Amino acid sequence: MTVLSVDGLSKTFDVYVLDDTRVVGLDDVSFDVREGEFLAVVGASGSGKSSLLNCLYRTYDPSSGEVVYRGPDGDVDLATCPDRTIIALRGDTIGYASQFLDEIPRVPAVDVVARPLVERDVDRTDARATARRLLSALAVPEELWQAYPATFSGGERQRVNLAQALAPKPDLLLLDEPTSALDPETRRAAVDLLSSYPGSETTVVGVFHDTDVVEAVADRVLVLEDGRLQRVVPVEAYDGEVVIE
Amino acid sequence: MTLLEAENLQTVYGPGCSRCIESTGDRAGTNQCSHCGSVVACAEADLGVEAAEVLGIVGESGSGKSSLAELLALERDDDATTAGDIRYDGHDGNLLEVDYETRHDLRTREIALVHQHIRDGLNVAFTGGGNVAEKLLSAGHRSYEEVRERVRELFEETEVPVARIDDLTHTYSGGMQRRVQIARALATDPNLIVLDEPTTGLDVSVQARVLDTFRRVQREEGVAAIVVSHDLSVVRLLADRTLVMRHGRIVESGLTDRIMEDPHHEYTQTLINSVI
Repeated sequence: MTVLSVDGLSKTFDVYVLDDTRVVGLDDVSFDVREGEFLAVVGASGSGKSSLLNCLYRTYDPSSGEVVYRGPDGDVDLATCPDRTIIALRGDTIGYASQFLDEIPRVPAVDVVARPLVERDVDRTDARATARRLLSALAVPEELWQAYPATFSGGERQRVNLAQALAPKPDLLLLDEPTSALDPETRRAAVDLLSSYPGSETTVVGVFHDTDVVEAVADRVLVLEDGRLQRVVPVEAYDGEVVIE
Repeated sequence: MTLLEAENLQTVYGPGCSRCIESTGDRAGTNQCSHCGSVVACAEADLGVEAAEVLGIVGESGSGKSSLAELLALERDDDATTAGDIRYDGHDGNLLEVDYETRHDLRTREIALVHQHIRDGLNVAFTGGGNVAEKLLSAGHRSYEEVRERVRELFEETEVPVARIDDLTHTYSGGMQRRVQIARALATDPNLIVLDEPTTGLDVSVQARVLDTFRRVQREEGVAAIVVSHDLSVVRLLADRTLVMRHGRIVESGLTDRIMEDPHHEYTQTLINSVI
């Protein structure tokens, strides 16, 4: 079953602070994502990978096109639905992790990860247990669990961020380079955790830079070039060529 | 569920004339009427707040955000001429036209304001506990023990040391005073809190604690909030949706992260790009 249908998605930016320059982020992109699938989005820097995820999560307002999400409460066009529909979906079924952790000052790592669960009315003790399990799976040292992520290294923060996104088990999870700051060893931990996702109830659309990560986690690969869709292929047919910069 | 729906809110300082609106605003590039000299602090402002939602209002000094917040918090300013329509869940009619008693009642039980300036919101010659108790007393609470217990509970909730409950408020640190204001605002379980520049005058580490306390309490209590700030990071941390104001008008509105990452209006782009 298709869970996400993207049709003719385009995004242009009118940048007034740059002499009214018009920048094209995405140009007429169409694809479907199946339920439980792990779709990796790849392409050179500036090819529109993050723009695509931002349009799906509505951090960007798409300029045209449709993004039909077949959620538990029926079809919603994420490109045009009201802001409050987006807020409700984000609080319930659609998750997102950027490359960077949005700092919440003075909240220990374990509570940062547990927070989305607590906000969904999960008991605090259970939420913390889930948080600890994820932090452990992502090889975040135990002595950091009670510390503030503001003091963490880039790689440690990124894993807290990923754990926070995975904790509520959203129906649709959008990941923007969630392993970019990780060293080989911790990246393997992240890949192990993510590769248990294909076939699960969570559908994932994730931007990745590294071919080995893509091959380990993805079912299919979507290749972007200059804001346009170049091809969507099964991971077995993906040669990793376009990732080379 | 919509808690508050406001239309065409307007605050004008000065005599006002028939051309005030057309000669001010974003396109005119000023909030002062060129015909009569009146200052149109805010005009043509429409907004809505749902239950438990946090709405941010950003803009530079003089953009009209505090004037808008004061209207929404049912503050009266005798020097200003106000107009517009505010509908509030469970009440008939326009909140801007209610009688003194109803307004007092709404401000005591439903809509609380946390003032930008501490001395507008607290009597610093009273004890910290007294400032919070006063709000409860004006809402009709009479049992000393119950009031005392509720104040203690609020001090704990907002992380003000309970041991300081009987100290005079002027002996509190800036961050504690701000938290006492929040405790006072929460005292009668309002459905809406208006926070005007919640971090003014606080150093950065204290700002973070006050904001985190507020964020936690706001979510736990499910209270809606309108947060006014010139500081984008404050709004980013707290608000679901955000309005951007300039020259007395709302020039852009949307999801807070969308405003920050994909600002449409020229002014919003300048504002986002000027963050240091």
